[in-house]
Amino acid sequence: MIKAWLSQHWRVFIFTLKRLVSTPVTSLLSIIVIGIAFSLPAGIYILTENLQKISGQTVGSPQMSLYLKLSANENDINEVRQQLEENEQVIRYQFVPKQVALQQLQQNSSLADVASGLKYNPLPDAFIVDAQDSTTEALKQLQITLQERPEIDHVQFDAVWVERLNALLGLGRTVVLLLAILLSVAIIAVMFNTIRLQILTKQEEIEVSRLIGATNSFIQRPFLYFGATQGLLGGIVALCIIMFSIQTMNNELTEIGRLYTLNLHLQQLSTGDNVSLLAFSTWLGWLGARISVASHLWQIEPK
Amino acid sequence: MIHFKNVSKRFPDGYSALNNIDLTIEAGEMVYLTGHSGAGKSTLLKLIAAIERPTSGSISIGGQNIAQLKPNAMPFLRRKIGFIFQDHKLLFDRTAFDNVLLPLQISGFDNKLVAGRVRAALDKVGLLKKEVALPITLSGGERQRLCIARAVVHRPAILIADEPTGNLDAAYAKDIMGLFQSFNQAGVTVLISTHDAALLEETKCRILELEQGRFAA
Repeated sequence: MIKAWLSQHWRVFIFTLKRLVSTPVTSLLSIIVIGIAFSLPAGIYILTENLQKISGQTVGSPQMSLYLKLSANENDINEVRQQLEENEQVIRYQFVPKQVALQQLQQNSSLADVASGLKYNPLPDAFIVDAQDSTTEALKQLQITLQERPEIDHVQFDAVWVERLNALLGLGRTVVLLLAILLSVAIIAVMFNTIRLQILTKQEEIEVSRLIGATNSFIQRPFLYFGATQGLLGGIVALCIIMFSIQTMNNELTEIGRLYTLNLHLQQLSTGDNVSLLAFSTWLGWLGARISVASHLWQIEPK
Repeated sequence: MIHFKNVSKRFPDGYSALNNIDLTIEAGEMVYLTGHSGAGKSTLLKLIAAIERPTSGSISIGGQNIAQLKPNAMPFLRRKIGFIFQDHKLLFDRTAFDNVLLPLQISGFDNKLVAGRVRAALDKVGLLKKEVALPITLSGGERQRLCIARAVVHRPAILIADEPTGNLDAAYAKDIMGLFQSFNQAGVTVLISTHDAALLEETKCRILELEQGRFAA
């Protein structure tokens, strides 16, 4: 029973491939259309992903500076130290005593004159903190927590550009989503029309099959397979386009990176992304065919 | 096997094809249906295969009331019936073999297992040598026989033929009637519509005559 069912599906699949090959130009064109439609959102997606990676690479882990009050004594310092120890967000921290800060200032040639003219040390004790999380929210939270301590005068970290970058990446993601939705609708429309034309040319076969006892699922099956197969092949084309584009851009980027002594390199889509893209394109092809079949098959009633 | 009770069929344009038909055909019977064109022969045959639905009355096939048949049960009713259409309804984009294979594919058989059955059906109607021929290259009589092969390949309990000898010369027509008789001898219930008087003269079977949508007295 199951074997018969499987062999029936296998037969339809082979039949579908034959049909694709029998009209090579038409098939190829619609597969390419699907491929290009998919490669746009997927391409922008991978660019935003890479941009995020590059930004992470340049910033390293986000750094924060804690300046203690000038009046802070040994006890206060130890308490802050204690709290940094306990905070999970803190990867590591470095204590910079005010004497060391002054020495550093004096070693700086351009400021050495100013520093040597000082009657007393105006610099506070400070901690330099490396935080674990690079998202702005988490960093802000850490900043607020530390700021609340009475012995800390000021917490500083450069959140602005991280925020800007994140906002840009967010925009990029929105664009990806919108494009993906629009182009998905376009793919469904393309598939709808392809299947509609096929149903029209197969009208006689459908009518005869109905007359001699074919179920609806038997009649629909070849069209659904056709849609899904075209979707899958379109997805593969999209992957090829993306891989080729990234490869090409990487060649350029390596050259630019060399000039700026940066390691610029775009990463390809992950295996998971590849599989989801193929699954999604297959599903879209199937869906377009399904809608088309549902809206056209009932019109063909045997007479 | 086939029961009509008080069946009427009126088309949407108001044309009344059948009026209060009562009919019983027993299993294994062979029955001729005759009458002028427009008398309602085709409509009656189509009602049996649920290609048309009755306006009123009840039809039961093998104990199943087909007026209440759900759409998804219809295919299974049609698989019990072999229908030979007046206009053949052969598929011209595939070979004679593939045309006969279609009912078996629809019933879910594996192609490889049923090639023998397809050839047996083609052999029965004398078309074994033409299995790779496309229907367009076949003569009228050959197409008719191909249509018969397709109707019997899945071994239906009921065989229905709508004007099977319509455009054939007398010798060919006799051949084809002989085929139907042999199916009937094998236990198939056969219902044939014809207006060919010569064929009816020779037969011992029951003859039903339709006249303006009623059985003639």
